[in-house]
Amino acid sequence: MTTQAEMSIAPSAHAHAERKWWHYFTFCEDHKVIGLQYLVTAFFFYAIGGALATAIRTELATPASDFVSPNTYNSLLTLHGTIMIFLWIIPAGAGLANYLIPLMVGARDMAFPKMNAMAFWMVPPAGLMLVLSFFLESPQAGWTSYPPLSLMTGKVGEGIWIFSLLISGTSSILGAINFLVTILKMRVPTMTIHKMPLFCWSMLATAGLILVGTPVLAGALILLAFDLLAGTSFFNPMGGGDPIVYQHMFWFYSHPAVYIMVLPLFGAISEILPVHARKPIFGYKAIAYSSLVISFLGLIVWAHHMFTSGTPAWLRMFFMITTMIIAVPTGIKVFGWLATIWGGKISYNSAMLFAMGFIAVFVIGGITGVMLAAVPFDIHVHDTYFVVAHLHYVLFGGSVFGIYAAIYHWFPKITGRMVNETLGQIHFVLTFIGMNLTFMPMHELGLMGMNRRIAFYDARFTSLNQMATVGSYILAVSTVPFLINAVWSWMKGAKATDNPWNALTLEWQTSSPPAIENFEVLPVLTTGPYDYGEHPSEESELPPGASPVLSGSSSGS
Amino acid sequence: MLAGITLTLASLWYGKNHGLMPVEASSDAALVDGLFDTMMMIGTAIFLLVWGVLIICLFKFRRKPGDETDGPAIEGNIPLEIVWTAIPVAIVLVLGIYSFDVYNSMGGFDPDAAGDPGVQVAMLSEGGSAMPLMDAGAPKKARHNHMALGIGASPDEIGITPDVTVNVLGMQYAWIFTYPELGITSGELHLPANKNVRLNLKAQDVIHAFWLPEFRIKQDTIPGMESELRFTPTRVGDYPIICAELCGAYHGGMASRLYVQSSEDYDKWVQESMPVVENASQTAADLDKLAGSAEVGKNRSDADYLVSAAHQMGLDPQALEQLHPAMPHDSGLHASL
Repeated sequence: MTTQAEMSIAPSAHAHAERKWWHYFTFCEDHKVIGLQYLVTAFFFYAIGGALATAIRTELATPASDFVSPNTYNSLLTLHGTIMIFLWIIPAGAGLANYLIPLMVGARDMAFPKMNAMAFWMVPPAGLMLVLSFFLESPQAGWTSYPPLSLMTGKVGEGIWIFSLLISGTSSILGAINFLVTILKMRVPTMTIHKMPLFCWSMLATAGLILVGTPVLAGALILLAFDLLAGTSFFNPMGGGDPIVYQHMFWFYSHPAVYIMVLPLFGAISEILPVHARKPIFGYKAIAYSSLVISFLGLIVWAHHMFTSGTPAWLRMFFMITTMIIAVPTGIKVFGWLATIWGGKISYNSAMLFAMGFIAVFVIGGITGVMLAAVPFDIHVHDTYFVVAHLHYVLFGGSVFGIYAAIYHWFPKITGRMVNETLGQIHFVLTFIGMNLTFMPMHELGLMGMNRRIAFYDARFTSLNQMATVGSYILAVSTVPFLINAVWSWMKGAKATDNPWNALTLEWQTSSPPAIENFEVLPVLTTGPYDYGEHPSEESELPPGASPVLSGSSSGS
Repeated sequence: MLAGITLTLASLWYGKNHGLMPVEASSDAALVDGLFDTMMMIGTAIFLLVWGVLIICLFKFRRKPGDETDGPAIEGNIPLEIVWTAIPVAIVLVLGIYSFDVYNSMGGFDPDAAGDPGVQVAMLSEGGSAMPLMDAGAPKKARHNHMALGIGASPDEIGITPDVTVNVLGMQYAWIFTYPELGITSGELHLPANKNVRLNLKAQDVIHAFWLPEFRIKQDTIPGMESELRFTPTRVGDYPIICAELCGAYHGGMASRLYVQSSEDYDKWVQESMPVVENASQTAADLDKLAGSAEVGKNRSDADYLVSAAHQMGLDPQALEQLHPAMPHDSGLHASL
C-alpha cells in the first residue's frame, strides 16, 4: 500500500508532471498546492491581524487614548476581528482540509478541482481589499457591524467590509461543497464511514455548518449594503427598520462560525494525539458523532450573543439551555482526548506540545463558555473583557494552538523535511506563556467593570491591562522562532521519511511530499486509522512491505 | 481519592474566595454572585481535573528513550463514557434551573417589563376578535401586546408601582436622565437607597448598552424600542454607569455616575435640581427642553446640545464637536423622542 521510495517515483500516467515553485502562484488545481496556498495566505493575514492586535494592546497600555486616535482605534479592532476570523482561522482550516482530505480518504484530488482553485483565489482579493481599506477609509463598526452604527461610520469603509466578506463567504461555501462531496463520495472502497479519520468527520460537520450558515450571513450583508448604499430601511430604525433582525441574521452565521473555526482543529487534535501517544483514540464513535452533534446544536444557540439585546425572556431562556447543552458533546471530546493520552507512551515533540496545550487552554474557554450561557451572569459580563478573554481562549487557545499543532504534525508530509524541535519547543513555551498572560487578566477586567472596544479606560484597570500588553508582545515575539523554523526547515531541515511518526492514516502511506496525484496505486485499508497498540493477532495480517507501524509491537508482551 | 478530596476542597474554597466581582449594591447582585460562585466552583473542579491529567501525563506517560513500542490498545470504555456524558448533563441541568430561578427572582419574566400601559390600552382596543376569547373579565392591565425587554419587576413586586421612575436616553456619547415626576433632567443618575427603581431605557441614535457593574445589570438601548431595568439599590455610594455596546469613536468616554443616596441626601438633591418652572404638567416635555436648542436652530448638531451637559461628564466640548461631523443630522434623528 505504500511506495517505499525506490530511488525515484515509479512512472505513472502523471509522473511526467513535476511541481515547480511558480505553480504556487497560479490557478493550480492540485489540492495540495491549493492547501498550501491557503495556509501561506492565511498566515500572511495572521501577521497583519497580529500587528493590529499589538497596536491595540499598545494603545491599552495606558488608560488615556494616546497612541492612536479613537477613530483609528475602532478601525484597528474592526480589522483585527475581521481579518483573524475571515482571513486567518477559516482559510487556515480550509487549507488543512484541502491538503489532508483527499490524502486521508485515498483520493487523487478533490471532487471539483477547478472550483477548489476558484475558492482559494477569492481569498487574496477579499483580504487585500479589506487590508488596504485602512489607507482609504476603514470600517469602524466592529466585526459585528451592527446597524445603525455601521450605517453611520462611513459608506466607503463599510462598503468595502461588506463586499470583502461576501467574497470570502462565497469562497467558504465553494470550499465546503468540495469537502462534503469528497468525503462522502471519494473514499477508497475499503474505507467505510466508520473507518474514516476523525479529521474527515469534523470537516463533514464543518462543511454542513458553512453550507447552512453562510448564505444567511450573505443575506444580512446584502440587506445591510442596500441600507448603506441605496437608502433602504431593512435595519435602519429611522425608516422603520429593525436593527435586531440584523443581529439575528448575523449571529445565525457568526455563532456557527466559531465551530467552523474550531471543529477542523478538533479533528486535527484527534489525529495528532493518538499518533504521538501511541494509543488508539478513546471512543472513536463518540468523538466522531459529537462533531455532528456540536454542528447541529451550533445552529440553535446564536441568540446567546443577544441576551442584553432586544430579546424577550423566553428566548433568552431557550438559548441559554441549548448553549449549555453544547458543553456535553464538547466534554465528550475533551475527556476522550485525555483518556487517549492517559497511559500512552507520549513523545513530547512540538506537535504534541501544541496539541496538549490546545486541551489545556481550550478547556478554560469551554468553562467560561458555560458560565456565559447562564443569562443572569451573561447580563453582567456581556460586551466586557470577560467575553474578550473567553473568545480568545476559544479561538486563540483552540484554533491557533490547533493550527500550530497541525502544521508541526504534517510539516514532514507537506515538505518532506523535519522541523527543528528546539525552535518548535521555544515557540510553544513563548506562545503558551504569552497567551495566558495576555488573556487571563482580561477575565478579571471584565468582571470588575471594563467594557470592551474602548480606546481609554478607568485608571484602576491599568496594571492588569499592562500585564495583558506585555503578554501580547510575548505573543508577537513567539511567531519569530516559528517563522525561522518553518522557512529554515523547509530549505535545510533533515529529510523526512514517508512516515516519520509511524502513523496509520493514509496520508502517511505515500511519499513525502506526496506525488502530484497522491498515490501510485490507490491504497487498500488493512487497519483502522488508530489501531495502535498491541494487537497480537494483527501482525500476521499485515501484508509484506506494509508500513512499519506495527513492527514495534513484537517487543511488547 | 485523596486527590479527589483535595480537588473538591480547593474548588469549594476558590468558588467562595475568588474576589473577582465588584461590590454588591443591590439584592439582585447577590443573586448573580451566588450563581457565579457556584459556576466558579464547578469550573475550578473541571479545570483542576483536566490540568491535573495533563500534568500527570507530562511526567508519568513520557516515552522512554529507545522504547519504540506502542501503548496499550484501549479503544474505549462504554461505562466510563456514559459517566462523563451524564455528569456534564447533570451539571448543565442544575445550572440551567439555577439560572432560571435567579433570572426569575431578578424580574426577568415580568410580562409587563418595558410596557407602557397607555400604549397597551390603545393596542387592546384595536385588538379585534381574538380578545374576547381570552379572559374577557380579567383586569385590563394583565395584557400586553409587545415584547418585554429587560429586567422588570421581581415576582413579589409585580403590580406594585416603583417608588422612583427615571427615563434614560442614550445618545452619542452621553446618558441623559429625566425624572418625569420631578421635572429634573440630569447628566448623572441620583437614586434613593432601598427604594424600588424603574429605568425606562431609550436610545436616540445608535445602539448603546446601559450597564451598572455593581448591580450586575445591563440592557441594550435600541433606537425605536423601549426597554427597562428595575432594581432596588441597597448600598449608599457612587458607582460607574457604562455604555457597553460599541457606539462610535468616543464609546470609551460614554460614562456617567450613579449616586445612591440616603433619602435625606436624595431629597436635598431633588430640591436643588428642581427646575424653576414649578408647573408640573409641563415637566413631561422636559427632555425636549434640553433638546430644544437643537429644535430651534435646525442646523445645530448633537454636539451643540451635549455641550451644556459636557462639564458634568468631564468632557471637553471641543472634543465632542470634532467627533460629530461625520454623523448625519436628519430630522428623523429626533423622531424617537
